[in-house]
Formats: sequence, C-alpha cells, structure tokens
Amino acid sequence: MTPTRKKRLAVVALIVLGVGAATAVAITALNDNMLYFVSPTDVHAATAPQDKQIRLGGLVAAGSVQRDPDSLEVRFTVTDGRHDVPVSFEGILPDLFREGQGVIAHGYLDEGGHFHAHEVLARHDETYMPPEVMKSLEAAGHPPEASKQ
Amino acid sequence: MSAELGQISLILALVLAALLSVLPMIGAQRNNEALMKLAPSLAIGQFVFLAGAFAALAWAFLQHDFTVTYVAMHSNLLLPWYYRLTAVWGSHEGSLLLWMLLLGGWMLAVAAFSRSVPRIFTARVLSVMGMVSVGFLLFILFTSNPFERILPGPIDGRDLNPLLQDVGMIFHPPLLYMGYVGFAVAFAFAIAGLIGGRVERDWVRWSRPWTLAAWAFLTFGIALGSWWAYYELGWGGWWFWDPVENASFIPWLIGTALIHSQAVTEKRGAFPAWTVLLSIAAFSMSLLGTFLVRSGVLTSVHAFANDPERGLFILAFMAVVTGGALTLYALRAPRIMTGEGFDWISRESALLLNNVFFTVSAAMVLLGTLYPLIIDFMGWGQISVGPPYFGAMFILLMTPVVLLLPLGPFTRWKRDGFMRILQPLAVTAAISIVAALLVCAWLGTWSLRAVSGWIGGFWLIGGALAYAVRTARASRSGLARHQWGMTLAHAGVGVFLIGAAMVEAHTFERDIRIAPGETVEAAGYRFTLHEVAQVKGPNWRADEARFSIHKGEREIARMNPQKRLYHRGGQTMTQVALKPGVFRDLYIAMGEELGASGAWSVRLHIKPFVRWIWGGAVLIGLGGLIAASDRRYRQQRRQRADASLASGAEAPA
Repeated sequence: MTPTRKKRLAVVALIVLGVGAATAVAITALNDNMLYFVSPTDVHAATAPQDKQIRLGGLVAAGSVQRDPDSLEVRFTVTDGRHDVPVSFEGILPDLFREGQGVIAHGYLDEGGHFHAHEVLARHDETYMPPEVMKSLEAAGHPPEASKQ
Repeated sequence: MSAELGQISLILALVLAALLSVLPMIGAQRNNEALMKLAPSLAIGQFVFLAGAFAALAWAFLQHDFTVTYVAMHSNLLLPWYYRLTAVWGSHEGSLLLWMLLLGGWMLAVAAFSRSVPRIFTARVLSVMGMVSVGFLLFILFTSNPFERILPGPIDGRDLNPLLQDVGMIFHPPLLYMGYVGFAVAFAFAIAGLIGGRVERDWVRWSRPWTLAAWAFLTFGIALGSWWAYYELGWGGWWFWDPVENASFIPWLIGTALIHSQAVTEKRGAFPAWTVLLSIAAFSMSLLGTFLVRSGVLTSVHAFANDPERGLFILAFMAVVTGGALTLYALRAPRIMTGEGFDWISRESALLLNNVFFTVSAAMVLLGTLYPLIIDFMGWGQISVGPPYFGAMFILLMTPVVLLLPLGPFTRWKRDGFMRILQPLAVTAAISIVAALLVCAWLGTWSLRAVSGWIGGFWLIGGALAYAVRTARASRSGLARHQWGMTLAHAGVGVFLIGAAMVEAHTFERDIRIAPGETVEAAGYRFTLHEVAQVKGPNWRADEARFSIHKGEREIARMNPQKRLYHRGGQTMTQVALKPGVFRDLYIAMGEELGASGAWSVRLHIKPFVRWIWGGAVLIGLGGLIAASDRRYRQQRRQRADASLASGAEAPA
C-alpha cells in the first residue's frame, strides 16, 4: 500500500469507528430516555409499564379537580371516556389546564393504579388537542367533537 | 378589497417567479445575454408583488376586515394596532407569506450586491431561487391562502393567541425565517455551481457572506425564541429540546458546519464536495423544519393548529428539492475539483473535526426528533424522547469541540506541529483554569458543571483573545473583519457556555404557597407578597401580585407578576415578573388562587448568569454579521473573473 492509501484507509477506519461508537451511544441514550405514551385504557388493561417514567394522556374529567387548601397538591382524574386514572400532582398547573381539556402528564404509576405526575402539560392553544390524546380518545370510542378548529 | 389585491399580487409574483426560474436559466445555458439580464429585473418585480401582497394582508388586519378568514381568526377589535400588525405572521398562512417575502428580499439582495459576480452565475443563482419561490408560492396559493374570505364576515374576530401578543414574538419569526430562507442562497449558489459544471473556490467565496449572514440571523432568531420561551411560557426554562426548537436547531448546526467547511474550500480548495453537500443539507433541513412545525406530525409544546395536507405538500416539495439537488450532485460529482492535500495536524484537519462534530450533533438531534415518528409509523407504540437524551449527547459531543476550538485558529494551513500550536495557548489554558477556580471560590460553587463551565468558558474567551492579539501584532493593518467576526463569535461561545453551565448547575427553583402579608425566604432573598390587585389592559384583565424583594435590609426590587384573562378567547395567561441582572435573574410566575383564603401558588426562580446565555448567542450572531461584511468576499481579481466568466459560458449543460 502506498502511504496515501494507508492514510486514506486510516481516515476511513477512524470515521467508521467514530460513527459506530456515536450510534451505539445514541441508541443507548435513546432507549434510556424513551417515554411511552399510555391512555387510561392501557392503564386499566395493565399493559402500561409500572415504576417507569411514562406519559399519560387524556381528558381531565369534569368535576374531578380537587385542591388541597394548605399545600400545592392537586388531584384530578384523567379519562378517555372508557376508563379513568386518578392523578396526583404537586406544583403549579399550566394556564390551559382545564376540566374537559386534553392533558399529558409525565410521571409513574404505582401498584394501586394511581398516577404520580411530576409534570403536567397542556397546550398553548385553546382548541389544540395533542395528537396522541386524540388517537387514544378515538380508540376508546369517544372522539372529541370540537377539538380542532 | 385589499384581500383581492393581495391575491392578485401573489399570483403575479408566482408568474414572475415561474419566468425567473426558466428564462435566465435558458439564457445561461445558451449564453444569451438578454435572457440573463432579465434575472435581476424579475427578482425585483417578484419582490414588489410579494411586498404588495404582504401589505394587503397587513392592511386587512389594521382595518379590521373580518371578512378575511385569516384576520377573523387571529385578530379582534380590542387588539392594539402593533399586535394587529404582527398578527400578520402570527399563524400559518401569514407566516408563510412572511417567509416568501423574506425569500424575495434575499433575492433582491443577491441581485443588488452581486455586481462583482459574473452575470451568468448570478442568473443561475436567481433562477434556482426562483424555482424555490414557485414551490412556496404554489404551496401558499393552494393550501394556505391568507386571503380567503368568509361572507358574511363576523362582527368581531377571535383573538390572537395571547402568547403571541408580545414583543419577543414580533421579532422571533422574522429573524428565524431570515435564517431559514437565507440558507436558500447558499443552496442556490451550490446548485448554480453544479449546473455550471464546476465547483470553484470563487463561487464558494461569493457565497460565504450570504451563508454567514443567514447563519447569524438564525442564531439571533433561535436566541430570541429561547428568551421568549423563558419569560413567556412561565416555566423558566431556556431550552426544552422540544421538536419545534430542534427543527430550528438542526439547520443551525448544519449551518455552523457549513460556514467552517466553506472556509476550507475557499482558502485551500479542500473538501469541495462536502461543502456542496452541506449547502444542500442546510436548506433541506430548513424545509424539514418547516414540515415538522407545520404538519402536526410532532407533539410539541409549541405546536399551534396545523394540518396534515400541508405537511404532505412540504414533504413532497422537500423530496423534489433535495432529490433534485442530490441527483445533480451525483451527475456532477466526478467534475468537482479536488483540493490540495493536507497533513494530520493542519487547519484543514481542525476544521474537518469541527465538521464531524457538528454534523454528528445535527444527526443526533435529528434522530431524537424523528425517532418517535418512526416508532409510531412502524406501529411500535407512541413514545417521546426525553430532554436527557439530547442533553447527554450534546455534552458528549460538544466537550471536545470546546477543548479544541481555541486551537483551530492557531493552526496553520496544510501542515503544522502540535507543539507549535499548543505553546502560545499554554499560558491561556493555565490562566483560564486559575481564573475559573478563583471565580468558583468567590461564588462558592464547586459543582462539576459550574467549574467545568467556567474553565471551558474562560478557555474559549481567552483563546479567542489570544488569537486576536497575536494576529493584530503580526499584521500591520490589524485584524480583518472576518477575523474580528471569528474572534467575537468564538468568545461568544465561551460566554454562552458559562451562562448555560451556571443556570443548569445553580438554578434555584421552588413552587410555593403564599398569602398576602407573608414573606418567603429563598436563597438569601426575602420575597414579600403585599397584595393581589385587579388590573386592566386593552384586551384583558388580570390579578396582579405585588411583591417586594429584600436582600439583607435593602429592598432590591418590586415585582408584579400577573395572571391575565383575555376577554375574547377566554384564555388565561401567566405574565412573568422578571428582575434581570448580569449575574442573576429573579423570576416570579403566578400559579393559581388556592381556595378562598387569598393565598396563591407562586413559582420562584433565581437563575444565575442566565443573561449570559443570550448574550453569548448575540455575540456569536454579531460575529457572523461582522464576518459577512468583510469586503474580501466581494472583491475579486479582475483577470480571474473574466476567465471564469469565459469558462462558465463555455461549460456545456
């Protein structure tokens, strides 16, 4: 092999190695940080992973929001029209959090089927419905009527 | 009436764009001067009609013409005039019109500032941009026409989303789009070069200021968006690794790689093919960003109303643009020049490393952004990728960049010695470590992130200054503009790094319950809530909390966060109170009233050095603009221009 070829081979080998290593690291990091989306029906069917970070999505059931007067604790129920999941959260809810509106909560499920949220997301736009929530509502047979403009 | 005028203007702009995409191109192929000369006039004409369409829409907003659907959806009688004006780009249709207007503006600029560039080349560049215009104008006219009417119109419109009723939103989209669309210029230069049959150092040099300017605007746009999210969303974060943010960040990363690879190609003729590919990629990623934001395929905190049909159009458009460009590239690749060789340790290698890290980072962000889509598409469930993925990958990839960055400018082209590069920087390294440790001791912080952030930051700033000093000493005329730009931008990275590290390491953040008359202590500050009052604005009313903040015995601020209720849309919105400072921001956001006791939930943040994040980004962007203004890129050796004109004209199709 000529010196130039040797050099080129070394460069190519380095690039392949680098890209390979980067991809491996990326895939591992990706798998560690994947958040699964679950609907209340999934929770009920016990297909949702327990003790793992998940995203729970659905509608806030009407009349379910209860605030503790002395702390920042809030309890509410997330529903897809077929099943309900009780959620507890401590902190400040987003501006567009409203009964009857779509939400996504990040947190984990305990053995009792109770969801502990550490983050609650509602959307910027009054009429906007998160696509996952929309799908899960349709799957549960309760498509929301006025969710899109 | 204005809506119809706007519509007609838009159609005329389309006609001119169509002519522009065909005639000068034919002229360039046949060496027909008359047809080539049409290009600047057509570009000017297109811009005039685009401006007309834009003005017509703005007029409809100012006049409260609610028979125009877009106006009815995004404005109302109570909205102040300045927000009615900015509401023009407050949503999809209008923002695309803005996009087009800016593309027209870039084309105008190319037509105006390319006197030193051979006509045949300008004709091709403008023609390629004309093709992009045609695609976007068709998109606007067929899927997102802002001039559609509803008859009879409503008496009053809905409201502009309150989040967009804000000064940050006035400038964020135009700057971001300036960047996105600006990459169309670099793209057009690359395509024009490929069509001309040669990749040459000349045209890479001509395209450099455009790329730098576009990249600088994108930097400003992203920084402004981050600042807006910080004070407007009420969460106090400055970056969320949200799909929409990623959509603007990927083109930025590619653009960063591109401006560095252009430097190599222009100066040394090395990796020309790579530069062409990056030019194509930067614009493709801008289109992908548009697709991701506008199609609704991604769940995002920023996702506003959207529409799959539009996404499909953009996807198809992107496929045509990228596919076409890559096909052309494949056909012409054998004719791309080969550059001069270089040694392992050389400026070429340093810039190559920069390119590797930045493109890999872009790929990582792209992977994390698209992964949920792929999983969903395959039917493997619905997932999202959490911010820790991006954070971890980024720290991993950017640490070597930070370490190596100051070495780059000190390295000689072609061949250099490792010790020769390190020697002048050894002092800088030592000083930055000592200074960083002193600062950390003074701040009383010993967390890994903060310490490494300060060391890295000082290393970058010190390295940039050392370069500036040495270059200034070596040359009689002092630093050239492009060198000033680089120094500023590299120092900006250091400033940014310090800000980001301090915010991530030492943000104090607490949600509390507080009633009027109570005082809460947090991180050495005492927050006292005096009362919660009712206040009124033009189109909203609000609960306003009156806080005073003491440090020791001294009152340092009065802060009045609000919880606004907008009359028309019935939306509530948190108006954050900020006490900005060079070394820390105080940040109060109101949550909600807790029961009848008059107590509120309130979010307190104390964010050290958070301003440095945007300060650094502004330095980076300014550096880009200063470098772009360097005359060197526009000058050319006379005889060489004639030669390339002649050879370009001879080049067969």
